[in-house]
Amino acid sequence: MCLGVPMRVVSINDETAVCEIDGVRREASLMMVDGVGVGDFVLIHAGFAIERLDEEDAQETLRLFRELLDRGVVPE
Amino acid sequence: MKYTTEFRDPAVAQKLLASIHQTVAGFTGTMTLMEVCGTHTMAIYQHGIRSLLPESIRLISGPGCPVCVTPVDYVDHAVALARRPGTIVATFGDMVRVPGSSSSLLQEKARGADVRVVYSPLDAVALAQKHPAQAVVFLGVGFETTAPTIAGSIIEAKRRGVNNYFVLPAHKTIPGPMAILADDPQLKVEGYLCPAHVSAIIGARAYEPLARDHRVPCVVTGFEPLDLLQGVAMLARQIVAGEARVEIQYSRIVKKEGNARARQILYEVFEPCDARWRGIGVIPGSGLGIRAAYAAFDAARQLPVKVEESKEHAGCLCGEILKGKVTPKECPLFRTACTPENPVGACMVSSEGTCAAEYKYGT
Repeated sequence: MCLGVPMRVVSINDETAVCEIDGVRREASLMMVDGVGVGDFVLIHAGFAIERLDEEDAQETLRLFRELLDRGVVPE
Repeated sequence: MKYTTEFRDPAVAQKLLASIHQTVAGFTGTMTLMEVCGTHTMAIYQHGIRSLLPESIRLISGPGCPVCVTPVDYVDHAVALARRPGTIVATFGDMVRVPGSSSSLLQEKARGADVRVVYSPLDAVALAQKHPAQAVVFLGVGFETTAPTIAGSIIEAKRRGVNNYFVLPAHKTIPGPMAILADDPQLKVEGYLCPAHVSAIIGARAYEPLARDHRVPCVVTGFEPLDLLQGVAMLARQIVAGEARVEIQYSRIVKKEGNARARQILYEVFEPCDARWRGIGVIPGSGLGIRAAYAAFDAARQLPVKVEESKEHAGCLCGEILKGKVTPKECPLFRTACTPENPVGACMVSSEGTCAAEYKYGT
C-alpha cells in the first residue's frame, strides 16, 4: 500500500502537477511538497507528490555502484 | 533516468551479496532482521532475496501491511456502510476482498452495493461532487505514507464545500509496534529494515528511540533489489560491529527530518488515538482518529450503522504471522483452505500480505 512511483513533473497549474513516467501521465497534488518545478522528479503516492526525489543523491549512489563494478571494491 | 530500473542491476547485486557474505563470514549464530513494510515483504519475495543471503541472516516479515493489521470489525463496519441506502463506498483496491465476519465488500458489491475502487482519495472527493445526493465514504486504511493523503482529501473537500464526503478512519502509525516487537524475547529482532515511504513522511529520526533505548539497529531501506541488499549489508555491518544506529540507505527520498509539511497536513486533520492491531492487540497512541474540528467528515460519527458482532476466522494464524512468529507454511490453512482465490485471512488477501507473497513467489 505504500508503493510510490518516481515521476517527472511536466507542467504545474496552481497546486496540481501533471507528472510523467514511461509515457504515462497523471495529475498529482503538490499540497505536501514545497518549491517543486517543471523537470523535477517527485515521488507519487495515491495522487499526491509526497516527497521530492534528490537526483544528485541518486546519481551519487549509482556512481558508487558503478565504482563497485569497475574496481571490484566492497562497499563501505 | 527512471530512478527505479537503475537500481536492479544484477551485476551490482552480486557485488553487494559478496560484501554481505564477507561481513558475516566470521559471525557465529543467526542474525534476525525484520522487514516491517508489506511492500518490502513483496519485493523480498519477488526478487528471491532470502535465498541469496547467507544462512546466518534470517529475514522475517513484520506487521507492515495495513490491510492485514486492520481488525475484522473495521471490515464489518465498512460492509454495514456499503449496505446503507444512498451510500457509495470508495476504497483502495486492497480492501475489497478482505473477509469480514460474514461478508466482504466484494460480496456486497455482487449483491448490489455501490463499492468503487479508486486510485486516490481525491478521486473519492470528485465522486462525492458528482453524486451530491449520496454519501461517499472513503476507507481510510494505511500508515503514515497514506494518512497524509487522506487528510489532504478532507482539507480539499472542506475547501471545495463538499459535505457528502466522509472517511472511516483506521490509520495506524508504525513505530509503536516496532518497539513492542523489539522487546519480544521470542522474536529476537536484531535489526530493522525500516519502511521506505513511511519514513519519507516521519523521517529517519523517528527510529532513534528504537536504536537508543531498545538497542536495535535500524536502516531505512528502499524497495528496489539493490536498495534491499544494501540495506541488509548496512544492518549486518552494524550487528557484527555491535552497534545500534539509525542509518538511511534510501537517501534519495528519505531525510532525517522527514516531510514536515506532510506531517502538518496529517495532524491538522488527525490526532493520535489507541488502535487495535490484528495479532498484536491494542497499542496506545498508535492510531489516528479524526479531530473534532473535522468531525463533519468522520463516517463513524456522521453515518451511524448497525455493525454485526465480529468474529475471527477459526484456525487462521494471520495474527501470529504479522508478528513474525509463524511463517505462512506453518499455518494449517495455507494453500489448502486459504488461497488467493478463496482467502480466509487478510495476509492472503492483500497483495503485500506475507501469505500472498509466499503463495505467489515462495518455493
